[in-house]
Amino acid sequence: MLLNIKDLHVSIGDKEIIKGFNLSVNKGEVHAIMGPNGTGKSTLAAAITGREGYDITKGEIFFKDELINDWEPDKRASEGIFLSFQYPIEIPGVSMTNFMRTALNAQREYHNLPPIAAGEFLKKMEEKKKLVDIQSKLTNRSVNEGFSGGEKKKNEIFQMAMLEPSLAILDETDSGLDIDALKVVAKGVNQLKSEDNAFVIITHYQRLLDYIVPDFVHVMYDGRIVKSGGKGLAVELESSGYEWIKEQFGA
Amino acid sequence: MNKTKQTYYPLEEALIEEYGKKAAAWTEDELPGISKLRHEAMREFRKTGFPGNKLEKWRSTDMEPVYQEPLSVFTDEITYDKKIDEIFQCDVHGFQARVLSLLNGSYYGPEESQLTVSPEGVIAGSLLAAQREYPELVEQFYGKAKTAVADGFKSANKAMARDGVFIYVPDGVEVKDTFQLIKILNKKGLMVHTRNLIVLGKNTKLTFLHCDDSVNHHEGFINTLSEVFIGENSELELYKLQNLNDETALVNQTVVHQAANSRLKVNVMTLNGGLVRNEIVDQMDGEGAWSDINGLFLIDKEQHVDNQVYVYHNVPHCESNQLFKGVLDEQSLGVFNGFVYVAPDAQKTNAFQQSSNILLSRDAHIDTMPQLEIYADDVKCSHGATVGQLDSDALFYLMQRGISFEDARMLLMYAFADEVLGQISIEPLRVNIEDMVKRRLRGELSICDRCVLHCSHPDKPIEFDIDLSKI
Amino acid sequence: MTDEKNEKQVLHEVTSGEYKYGFFTNIEADQAPKGLSEDIIRFISAKKNEPEWLLEFRLKAYRHWLTIEEPDWALLHHPPIDYQDIIYYSAPKKKKELSSLDEVDPELLDTFNKLGISLEEQKHLAGVAVDAVVDSVSVKTTFQDTLKKHDIIFCSFSEAVQDHPDLVKKYLGSVVPYTDNYFAALNSAVFTDGSFCFIPKGVRCPIELSTYFRINAANTGQFERTLIVAEEGGYVSYLEGCTAPMRDENQLHAAIVELIALDNAEIKYSTVQNWYPGDKNGKGGIYNFVTKRGLCKGNSSKISWTQVETGSAITWKYPSCILLGDNSVGEFYSVAVTNNFQQADTGTKMQHLGKNTRSTIISKGISAGQSNNSYRGMVRVGKRAENARNFSQCDSLLLGDKCGAHTFPYIKTNNPTAIVEHEATTSKISDDQLFYCQQRGIDMEKSIGLIVNGYAKDVLNKLPMEFAVEAQKLLAITLEGSVG
Repeated sequence: MLLNIKDLHVSIGDKEIIKGFNLSVNKGEVHAIMGPNGTGKSTLAAAITGREGYDITKGEIFFKDELINDWEPDKRASEGIFLSFQYPIEIPGVSMTNFMRTALNAQREYHNLPPIAAGEFLKKMEEKKKLVDIQSKLTNRSVNEGFSGGEKKKNEIFQMAMLEPSLAILDETDSGLDIDALKVVAKGVNQLKSEDNAFVIITHYQRLLDYIVPDFVHVMYDGRIVKSGGKGLAVELESSGYEWIKEQFGA
Repeated sequence: MNKTKQTYYPLEEALIEEYGKKAAAWTEDELPGISKLRHEAMREFRKTGFPGNKLEKWRSTDMEPVYQEPLSVFTDEITYDKKIDEIFQCDVHGFQARVLSLLNGSYYGPEESQLTVSPEGVIAGSLLAAQREYPELVEQFYGKAKTAVADGFKSANKAMARDGVFIYVPDGVEVKDTFQLIKILNKKGLMVHTRNLIVLGKNTKLTFLHCDDSVNHHEGFINTLSEVFIGENSELELYKLQNLNDETALVNQTVVHQAANSRLKVNVMTLNGGLVRNEIVDQMDGEGAWSDINGLFLIDKEQHVDNQVYVYHNVPHCESNQLFKGVLDEQSLGVFNGFVYVAPDAQKTNAFQQSSNILLSRDAHIDTMPQLEIYADDVKCSHGATVGQLDSDALFYLMQRGISFEDARMLLMYAFADEVLGQISIEPLRVNIEDMVKRRLRGELSICDRCVLHCSHPDKPIEFDIDLSKI
Repeated sequence: MTDEKNEKQVLHEVTSGEYKYGFFTNIEADQAPKGLSEDIIRFISAKKNEPEWLLEFRLKAYRHWLTIEEPDWALLHHPPIDYQDIIYYSAPKKKKELSSLDEVDPELLDTFNKLGISLEEQKHLAGVAVDAVVDSVSVKTTFQDTLKKHDIIFCSFSEAVQDHPDLVKKYLGSVVPYTDNYFAALNSAVFTDGSFCFIPKGVRCPIELSTYFRINAANTGQFERTLIVAEEGGYVSYLEGCTAPMRDENQLHAAIVELIALDNAEIKYSTVQNWYPGDKNGKGGIYNFVTKRGLCKGNSSKISWTQVETGSAITWKYPSCILLGDNSVGEFYSVAVTNNFQQADTGTKMQHLGKNTRSTIISKGISAGQSNNSYRGMVRVGKRAENARNFSQCDSLLLGDKCGAHTFPYIKTNNPTAIVEHEATTSKISDDQLFYCQQRGIDMEKSIGLIVNGYAKDVLNKLPMEFAVEAQKLLAITLEGSVG
């Protein structure tokens, strides 16, 4: 099992956001987590990736059978957990090229591999850029600085392609994308999908799931999963909305 | 700095001499604690004298010519013999105000209103009278405010000031009427020292308008210091309106202490004055304190305005804003020295500072120093300063619509000033001050405009004075 | 791209230990007794075989120095300096005149090799002429042939005094008079050597000129003097870099740099300052009190200062421009990093005197540990400076809650056609940026190095390539251990 979350409770400050969350993800699977705004979807992503300020008050997160509750974010990343940010951060003055090279080498160092050779790195960059239709000039710019919304999201998928994680969490990657960009992102994800990795797609809408077909769909509400099913559940949600969930599971 | 002065300027000598003559008599009707502070301050003053422009904080403001003037240090008491509005007509009117007056350094009002207590317990009146009536209250706060930089004006004030205004707002009282302090000199060649003490309890509210005006063209020198204490959850709006003649020097020092969750709004508007130095110190002592300190000065001729603002973020979670704007014409000189201090561990501080200035003439001069001294990391602090002229594109745009150059220029200056004016929350006061600014920009607002001497009207009385022989 | 290679090296070095330039070279010194007096000044002057007028200049400076006091307005705290406890002259003994690198003291060459600035390599690879100063006296100047072809003079200050006395006499003290300030007076009295550069009319110097300064013998104050003159239409880019060996006692450094640009001339002066900053507990380190000033004397002249300040226990330094010529341009780009107990009070002065003069100030301060970092600047627009323009951006970044970041700009404007704008912000390093980097697998310390280098990019980009590399490394090295 790649990811195993057991009875997870997460608080921000005094406020409990995740309230007893369970999820198992195996290699080769695509899971979609859906639900109305404010139910804790992004908090879940932050907790899995180890963001400061998101306190796990109860429960366990296992990744590749290891308990990772107390791991630093960079260790989790080096072990293969990747987060595609809902709002990618701008880092002025740091070029995409240097950023990627630093990240890739950090991962290699973690696995006791020598740094990647310059030529090989550039070749890899070119190859992965094509995957998400990134224009060359973007990688010469500072990380996310002055990128449009669509460019930022494509850039996230590009980084995912470069770092080849075993678990990728896509946090609202579809928000703010037009249909063309959405297709590009989906194409990138589909090409990266393999028997050795898994995806957790956090989304509010069903439309991304038209292009990336999930094996499982989970509906999250008030900090936990209230309903799970196959890809049909997403279609059902699209037509019926989330109101019924609020009625059924609301306090 | 610590060297003892060898020689004194005439004004310093006069001050020391006046102290020698009066100090013993003063002890009879004032609090012993105050006499003691007076004594210590005099010792300090003898060491330093008035500040010279070698001192860092006085580099841009050279007051030495004033020290040479034949001024007399005036500490006599004034007898009340006519209503204040017979001496002075305030330009700002049309709103409910409780007027307190200081004439030539003394509290000026009829015997029965030296100190009044409202039904809600708000005490207002003469500081000297308050020492008699409420000694423990005065003692608790007098001389306790922490100034930013010690200098000869503060020690001179402590040594020489006998009277001033005292206001006390007890816990839970929101004062509806605006308190207005009118401070005037009407005798030739006086240097006066006044001291105000304003204390706000918890959950209170007060609006205070502090006006410095001239009623004649005589030279004069006012050294005033206000100590202000704002209690928890209380709010003070403080307006300073300065419209003095070109011969008067004013050193106006205000130190405010803010308790938790208190709010302070200061607006300093200098419309005229020979030499005006405003020093505002905001000590944020309680978490959640907020302050907004704004200033506007419109000066010309050889006027000189120096605004010094010190904001001390002594504790976390406070916010301060400073906005000072100046329009300088002819040979005027403007100075802005804004200082923000963030103490170690004063995390989550927000501090903003902006100084914008427009120079209208070749000979006008502006010195601006917005400064940040920060010892905590989780803070948002920024400052900006600009010096420039009116936007020539905007000027052209207006002229292309048929507006004359003069009118267009005035419109733009008014627009520039409006950002500060807009901060005045009392509607009638804002309208009044806006009107004064408009007239000021048209060059109409000078001392002559409403001066009781009416030099330009021979049919009106020429001299208007208090007969000192009656004292 | 070499840029990537550099990045890699930087990151590697972030993780490697203490101050790497802390070693000590054992070169026999010919030094004066401790202390300062007219006799010592005569000794220095005689030792250097100086003309009478220069001795007079020194003595006048000394006599003036005696009448003034050390400035106390900077936000710096240090124990009083005992000026009588300093050796004012120390020179490596000259064995004989050197005509090639082979004749240079092998131990000295070794020192340079450890610093990674081997003269041979510099000569062959970098195309940079190096005038290396060890303990105040120039040892070796290379690339003279290339320079000679263009009639460029680039030599040690002492040589210039001997070979070009008229030029030195004409310009010495013309931008920084000995009366300028306390440390300028001291330097004028006791300076031992430095660099001299003269670019004749219409000549663009084809190579970047570089000097590496290095403090060596114990208790030796270093008092260099640099004078650069670019005649009409001349251009030169000059690099100054510093590394100092590890020492326990505080060492005083009070240099003067004077730049003069005539009509249409341009001087670009870049510094990477990495004197020993003291240890983690604030013990030791260099006291660096420097007066640097450029005079844009001619119309349309330009002087540009770029500095990366990472070293010294105390930095007191305000590279300035006097914009006298009409249409002249002054620039100041600075990155100052302080860590542990370092204190830096640095900035610039832009004096606009001529018409249409323009100046730009970009300052990036980074404070970590328990250090204090102040920007202090002045922009002055004189009465005749029609249409003068200044833009200043001074940002401070705080790493940790025990350090201080301060901004003291001073704007004096005396002309109604001038436009002066100053902006400053102070903030801490963003948690969001840190998390983003960490989520990509980059550890905390490397993430900080990356973000800080990005933050300083605008200034680092102004440095010549070779320097930019070193500067990036230094930023990362200086911030080592700044996160707990």
